[in-house]
Amino acid sequence: MEHPFAITLDVGTSKANHTGSWRNERPVYVHRLPPCNHACPAGEDIQGWLSFAESGDYEAAWRALTENNPLPAIMGRVCYHPCEGACNRAAIDAAVGINSVERFLGDQAIAQGWAFAPPAQESGKRVLVVGAGPSGLSAAYHLRRFGHAVTIREAGPLPGGMMRFGIPKYRLPRDVLDAEVKRIADMGVRIEYDAKVENIRDAMTEGGFDAAFLAVGAHIAKRAYIPAGEAAKVLDAVQVLRSMEGEDKPLLGRRVVVYGGGNTAIDVARTAKRLGAEEAVIVYRRTRDKMPAHDFEVEEALEEGVMMKWLSTIKNVESGSITVEKMALDDKGFPQPTGEYETLEADSVVLALGQDVDLSLLDGVPGLVVENGVVKVGPNMMTGAPGVFAGGDMVPSERTVTVAVGHGKKAARHIDAWLRGATYDPAPKHELASFDKLNTWYYGEAPKTVRPVLEIARRKSTFEEVVAGLDETNALFEARRCLSCGNCFECDNCYGVCPDNAVIKLGPGKGFEFNYDYCKGCGLCGAECPCGAIRMVPETI
Amino acid sequence: MSPINEAADRNAAPLAPGETQKLKFYQKGTHTVGNRLVDVDDRAVQSSLDRSNALTCGHRACQGCGEALGARYALDAAMRATGGNLIAVNATGCLEVFTTPYPETSWQLPWLHSLFGNAAAVATGVAAAMRVKGRSNVRVIAQGGDGGTTDIGFQCLSGMFERNDDVLYICYDNEGYMNTGVQRSSATPPAARTATTPAVGDEPGNVFGTGKSVPRIAVAHRIPYVATATVADLHDLERKVVKAMSIRGARYIQIDVPCPLGWGSASHDTIRLARLAVETGFYPIFEAEHGKVTAARKIRKRTPVVEYLKPQKRFAHLFKGGVEDPRVARLQAMCDANIEEYGLVDHHDDDV
Ligand SMILES: Cc1cc2nc3c(=O)[nH]c(=O)nc-3n(C[C@H](O)[C@H](O)[C@H](O)COP(=O)(O)OP(=O)(O)OC[C@H]3O[C@@H](n4cnc5c(N)ncnc54)[C@H](O)[C@@H]3O)c2cc1C
Ligand SMILES: Cc1ncc(C[n+]2csc(CCOP(=O)(O)OP(=O)(O)O)c2C)c(N)n1
Ligand code: SF4
Ligand SMILES: [Mg+2]
Repeated sequence: MEHPFAITLDVGTSKANHTGSWRNERPVYVHRLPPCNHACPAGEDIQGWLSFAESGDYEAAWRALTENNPLPAIMGRVCYHPCEGACNRAAIDAAVGINSVERFLGDQAIAQGWAFAPPAQESGKRVLVVGAGPSGLSAAYHLRRFGHAVTIREAGPLPGGMMRFGIPKYRLPRDVLDAEVKRIADMGVRIEYDAKVENIRDAMTEGGFDAAFLAVGAHIAKRAYIPAGEAAKVLDAVQVLRSMEGEDKPLLGRRVVVYGGGNTAIDVARTAKRLGAEEAVIVYRRTRDKMPAHDFEVEEALEEGVMMKWLSTIKNVESGSITVEKMALDDKGFPQPTGEYETLEADSVVLALGQDVDLSLLDGVPGLVVENGVVKVGPNMMTGAPGVFAGGDMVPSERTVTVAVGHGKKAARHIDAWLRGATYDPAPKHELASFDKLNTWYYGEAPKTVRPVLEIARRKSTFEEVVAGLDETNALFEARRCLSCGNCFECDNCYGVCPDNAVIKLGPGKGFEFNYDYCKGCGLCGAECPCGAIRMVPETI
Repeated sequence: MSPINEAADRNAAPLAPGETQKLKFYQKGTHTVGNRLVDVDDRAVQSSLDRSNALTCGHRACQGCGEALGARYALDAAMRATGGNLIAVNATGCLEVFTTPYPETSWQLPWLHSLFGNAAAVATGVAAAMRVKGRSNVRVIAQGGDGGTTDIGFQCLSGMFERNDDVLYICYDNEGYMNTGVQRSSATPPAARTATTPAVGDEPGNVFGTGKSVPRIAVAHRIPYVATATVADLHDLERKVVKAMSIRGARYIQIDVPCPLGWGSASHDTIRLARLAVETGFYPIFEAEHGKVTAARKIRKRTPVVEYLKPQKRFAHLFKGGVEDPRVARLQAMCDANIEEYGLVDHHDDDV
């Protein structure tokens, strides 16, 4: 080799030396399952849509979100967000405000008029959906995307199910509900109102449907036997909340007692306050921490002046008053009577003791199994009757809008496969991106944005929405707090920290590759990856 | 700055009445090498596709070598700062040996090696030659290990400082003579086991009360710029190199570069240990100009020194049989003194 004076070696010649042969472990890029996604009953890819939101591309974020859930503006208001309970960021400062970003995206979509694309091709199959609650709407949306002709039959005059006839306006404004339902109808989903299905078998045969999805919810109020005088006013919660949607508002009087400890009890008490009741008292037989209602709802109710009477059962209702018995928790945590009584003034008593399912439309369907008042379904959401699927409140599960939406999606996928004579096998889940997989050093400290709350005084007297949304600046801020658990966010750490230049950067959106010719397997890339997207695996020789 | 960035910088979050909140923008990736959400100019040189890779692959450094990493970090930043007009002079040591086994070199810039102890003097000569040739736009970096800097090369280095020669000297401090089998240097910390300070006797490992701090000595020379840096904080390191290259005259940067072999640590822990060295106060990161300390890098999460010591086998004798050697407390006291001296911990909380 000819070299200039004093030059002995050629630049970069060490590349001939493939140091990758030293390696006994190799790094590989992986996807791990973010805990938020794992916890979402609707199966949203939260981390995925947040990553679009944090770059300011809200439409892409909304489109990614609605791959799984067509109701983000509703969800961003009424979902109990188990995702936030699972969020890894909680261990650093506070969970990412996923729910508020979801609502921001949902509201943005309504404001901008973003629409769903109708299916590219019609399948020629017809599916009947019974009930236009969240579960039915979700199923219809997904079935329509698969190209099936979908008809929803709804017993009531308007869509939404318990989202309209249960959840009060001050938590879910009806224009939001209407906008999200309309968007689904606009895809070509046919919704028939005042069209109660009396018998599912007849309805299917007469309409020529190839499959059905049942989502009739649970609307029959549970009763408890309470001796009541003739003039006593005893109502049930579902009835009260339902009549809120009609012309004649329920007459509850000045002093309202609500019996029960769930979310419905809270909603009724808060509604009574808004209707002008001076006193709204919730009577519950156990203690606050045993209440099935969510703590934040209890808190909001207390702030609005709703009163709570713990450890009490109603023994007797007269006109103008009730008698309650004090309870005491035994060592198993069950309430036991004490024999101590008390009288409370009450113009009306509203029972919020839960709901049963009206199963009359299922009479005589062969193979169908009902257990504990709900319809049994398999892992594919199909009932014992072939081609008849069910979900939401009428099947054994937690009763929330989010679960109902998740059931609708899952059922749609199985119905689609069933209609093609196939089975739907969901992709195996990735390993969980638990906190110990992260290197949190790399995340800056950032407190959760506090959602502005309407002033208490205004909230008590009107049905205006209680919790306000984020605006663009703080929605972006909130989205950017996401740690991107388990999925590369192109921070360039691996590319930077490799002492052997063995990471190839492929450019924006394309991620990285390892150059195993030079990777010595030190594991620095894996150790310094903030989000746990690199796994070291032993080399096989 | 992109429109999004501007929007979010307005601090406009509406809050509950009476509430205030400092909006920190780059919640994700504040400390990472790159960040897809920020301007290219705000990302580290190491994040760019066109970094020079002054020290490229195929070198024979051990797995997880902190020195290889530190050298590429520093030289790539200097290459960018000088538009590629850079010559490096290397002392004998690991960095020289693992990059240039004849007939290969991993260097992608003009690079010279002469002797163990004379890098500063050779670099002075190269800088003088460039000046004589009218090419003073070509800048010179001298670099070496702690042995080549604090011990055998010390006289040449002090001369270079004292004459204010136009050289940036970078010391890659792995706290021992690693290339020849981990012997003690005057940068080896007390209590550390090396081949020449074995873990035997009443007080195993290196003795207390010896050694020297070349950064402090460099400050005492009143040269234009002195800094310590760490492979655990790339942004800080790159900024310091860029700053050094913007100054003429003698400059000194010392970088903490953990050595998995010499320290007895896992190869994937190199950056974590460097980070712990900073967070415990063990390795103060500061800057000085013309004889005065001007800035110190604050500790983010103050950490007891044991967390730094435990993952390293060179300190294993301090925890033998589950009993903590009383000298751990002395090491902690050293850290506390550093924290005090350089003001590494803020007493008011301005980071939330
Ligand atoms: C007061 C209250 C507040 C709640 N708040 C929340 C909340 O904040 N967050 C949350 O996640 N969940 C909440 N829930 C629970 C949630 O509303 C339900 O779990 C959810 O609506 C169930 O959805 P679904 O589609 O199964 O049934 P539903 O929403 O009940 O819808 C069923 C629909 O089917 C129709 N239907 C019934 N029978 C027939 C028939 N034979 N033919 C045709 N149509 C029929 C009904 O008219 C109804 O429209 C609340 C519930 C109540 C009662
Ligand atoms: C005059 C002289 N004495 C001894 C040596 C042997 N020698 C080569 S490298 C080295 C140690 C280098 O230690 P350091 O400078 O700290 O660099 P490191 O290898 O730790 O990076 C020694 C002692 C030599 N090359 N020249
Ligand atoms: S940091 Fe580089 S050498 Fe180490 S394991 Fe990762 S790719 Fe391989
Ligand atoms: Mg050394």
